[in-house]
Amino acid sequence: MKIHFTLNGSARDVDLPPMMRLLDALRHELGLPGTKEGCGEGECGSCTVLLDGEPVNACLVAVGQLEGREVLTVEGLGDAAHLSPLQAAFVTDGGAQCGICTPGILVAAERLLRKQPDPSESEIREALAGNLCRCTGYQRIVESVRVAARERARLAGAAQPASGAAGDPGGAS
Amino acid sequence: MLDGRIEKDRSVGRSVPRADGVAKVVGTARYVDDLPRMPGELHGATVRSPVARGRLVAVRFDPSFDWSDVTVVRAEDVPTNLVAMIAEDQPVLAHSAINHAYEPVVLLACADPQKLSRAVEAVSLDIEPLEPVFDMGRSLSGEVVVWDSPGGFGEPGTNVMKRYFITKGESDVDAAIAACPVVVSGTYSTHHQEQLYIEPQGVIAWWDEAGVHATGSIQCPYYVHKAFVKAFGVEATRIHVTQAVTGGGFGGKEEYPSVIALHAALLAKKSGRPVRMIYGRKEDIEATTKRHPAITEITTGCDRDGKLVALSMRVVMDAGAYVTLSPVVLSRGVLHAAGCYRWPTVRIEGIAVATNTPPNGAFRGFGAPQTIFAIERHLDRVAAALGKDPMELKAMNLLELGDLTATSQVLRTSVGGRQCLDGALAASRYLERRAELDAENARRAAEGSRKRVGIGASMCMHGAGFTGSGERFLKGKVAVDLEKGGRLRIRTGSTDIGQGTETVFRQIAADAAGVSVADVDFAQPSTTNVPDSGPTVASRTVMVVGSIVEQAATEIGRRVAAEREAGGGSFAEAGDRLLAKEGSLTILLQYQPPDWVQWDDQTYKGDAYPCYSWMCDVAEVEVDIDTYETEVSRMWLAGDVGKAIHPLMCKGQLEGGTLQAVGWALSEELVWREGRILNPRMTNYIIPTALDAPPFETLLVECPYEGGPGGGAKGIGELPMDGGAPAIAAAVEHAVGVVVDHLPLTPERLFEASRGESLAPTTLPQGARR
Repeated sequence: MKIHFTLNGSARDVDLPPMMRLLDALRHELGLPGTKEGCGEGECGSCTVLLDGEPVNACLVAVGQLEGREVLTVEGLGDAAHLSPLQAAFVTDGGAQCGICTPGILVAAERLLRKQPDPSESEIREALAGNLCRCTGYQRIVESVRVAARERARLAGAAQPASGAAGDPGGAS
Repeated sequence: MLDGRIEKDRSVGRSVPRADGVAKVVGTARYVDDLPRMPGELHGATVRSPVARGRLVAVRFDPSFDWSDVTVVRAEDVPTNLVAMIAEDQPVLAHSAINHAYEPVVLLACADPQKLSRAVEAVSLDIEPLEPVFDMGRSLSGEVVVWDSPGGFGEPGTNVMKRYFITKGESDVDAAIAACPVVVSGTYSTHHQEQLYIEPQGVIAWWDEAGVHATGSIQCPYYVHKAFVKAFGVEATRIHVTQAVTGGGFGGKEEYPSVIALHAALLAKKSGRPVRMIYGRKEDIEATTKRHPAITEITTGCDRDGKLVALSMRVVMDAGAYVTLSPVVLSRGVLHAAGCYRWPTVRIEGIAVATNTPPNGAFRGFGAPQTIFAIERHLDRVAAALGKDPMELKAMNLLELGDLTATSQVLRTSVGGRQCLDGALAASRYLERRAELDAENARRAAEGSRKRVGIGASMCMHGAGFTGSGERFLKGKVAVDLEKGGRLRIRTGSTDIGQGTETVFRQIAADAAGVSVADVDFAQPSTTNVPDSGPTVASRTVMVVGSIVEQAATEIGRRVAAEREAGGGSFAEAGDRLLAKEGSLTILLQYQPPDWVQWDDQTYKGDAYPCYSWMCDVAEVEVDIDTYETEVSRMWLAGDVGKAIHPLMCKGQLEGGTLQAVGWALSEELVWREGRILNPRMTNYIIPTALDAPPFETLLVECPYEGGPGGGAKGIGELPMDGGAPAIAAAVEHAVGVVVDHLPLTPERLFEASRGESLAPTTLPQGARR
């Protein structure tokens, strides 16, 4: 089946069996192994991607559903030379340990910060409740998201000085 | 900011950016299943026994299935059909005896994964069932013997795989207890726990002119190497085991990868093609090792003020069908069984028994969480008998510098228990909160509210490094190379499985040599390129292996400094001159434990560990008295880490380990029927989410151990698994007045306990004590 969709901001045309899992298409057909498989049944959230801006488990999405839609994976957040604030915070503030859940958590957190630039702790925990992490105990993940939210606010403030949405410049708590 | 380049004076004590972090956040870190497909690669799968015990009569291959492109491996194909471990009892593939459900019998490989799944269905196993034993008490009774002690291992003719005794003080312990004014007895039990690393187990194996290769999700590459030597009889230099980026282990990838790697390599050998074997989650939960269930009986005597006098304890652990690492797990269990308290008189007996369940194995804490849960809960009972607060009783009996442990070890260094206890109780306002929450519950009861609140705490210590003479036998090694441009390269078999080895070793080496963290490389652990540092287990990586990284890097720094003194120039220039003169510069060192560490394996007396890490956990909970759901609303942790080389990672270890303990206490429960697991999925084996996890307030205490690197670091990997469950149980008891001595505290079980029903999993036979 021929499918036209947008992947990490670029138009893509693929010819794939419609029932192929989006997870397999990303990892094996499209060369994007950053999205991980932890359970294959929509429980662990390691394969979280954004589909039209909303988080989905790529193991439960068939590529036949993608026509005309937009997919964002961890590779679309930033590369090693251009880390997004979320990616940078997970490196510096302990959000990533073994790293297998990290791509899914980053994508879920990206969606949170797009909708809610200044989230409370409970909003962060709620937004990440579909993503299991077995290493961190989640506290450093919550802190990393807070750090990223402040950095995004700082960057937004620098870009648009009139908006006045500056965060606390004091760094990590 | 992210390039790791920081001031050259010191990196230890600073939370530098994680060295492997960037690759992990951009999606380029290559875990085993991310490694590119190799030409001709096949997928591998395992046909497993559906029954728990029996005799394999025949294996039938559906004649209507096209087997032409499927590789089949049976027990007869294994040169030496043994998984190299402590005892020689576990076959790589079952030949005739089936000893547990999910035991591997046939291996299959095929290029097409869909066809491979159908091929698994097209194999049927004809098994003549035998009576299985699932219950520890029944196993110990010896009515049905289900384990052949290989070469006389364990106690032949029984199901006992290993037994230990620890004794101290009065020879007649029962009399010493009977003479006490306050005598308390209790039985405590803990259940299976699945490690549930988020990346399932996986290995890719192939054979070529250099020999056999295996790469995968592996904590201990040299274990796999040893297993290959045994099973294939191949020369050590022709075996190449490499760790891919590993998505968590927690012990689950300590010894089990030997099995999956042997399976992949057998299929690769027979097919002549590379074989990729990645477990699905269900297979991973069913077939791989778990935490040993344990049941512990305790009787103690103390005086009326609460001074502890004598301890009698028997712990029985369920090893499952094969020995794996059970003797060592049991050892760590008994060595931590007395908790962190002064006991003048002690008798501890530990027994590991066989059952027809999948073999249990390494899991963070390694036997200690089981016995520490028991002793902590027991002291809560003693405190109740005395009318004291549990933490007051624990504080007054807490081991201090110079005290004697249960193995008669004199605690001569780095004893931070008191600081942890004081720190956590102060941060949580534990004593005030006990009273405040009592008042709060009274108010809630009066208002008809259906929720109650409680606060509870626990204390623990955990030995760092291998037990007793272990490190002396192990002879862990590391190499540090001087490379061009003033760079250092660390070569070690100690793996980073998420806990941060790569980053922390770089910090240690950078400071020791006098370079920046960015100038230190960490070689990918491969048995071909790195020396055997001993396994990545037992809270030994930083304290033991890190200390020789420090010595080796110090020596390189000294050599370069001498060259600078002689010929001037920068570190890099002098280093390059040294390399030009000598061709290469590598410092290879072997770990030497301190001379004063003396241990007697026969009597189980002496210095069980050179030092201990200490921790105090405090938890606040809210319990719904209609549904009996428990929510952990907040936790305070204080851990003595010796020296925090990377404070943020130390906190990450303490918090992450504690949450695993919270999950074990409250929601993680494997449901068994006839030796099979009814809930082998993430849907119904429930680990905590971000919403279930409490906010953590974590305090690092630093009581340096002079043998540790970076100014005194101690091992802390396992420590946080120990105290979470007893703190939660104590908090639940405070909230609803229900005493629970048997994990887990799921709503159903807590409800049963509230009605006075016993949650004990089994009754132990009261055989004659030796």
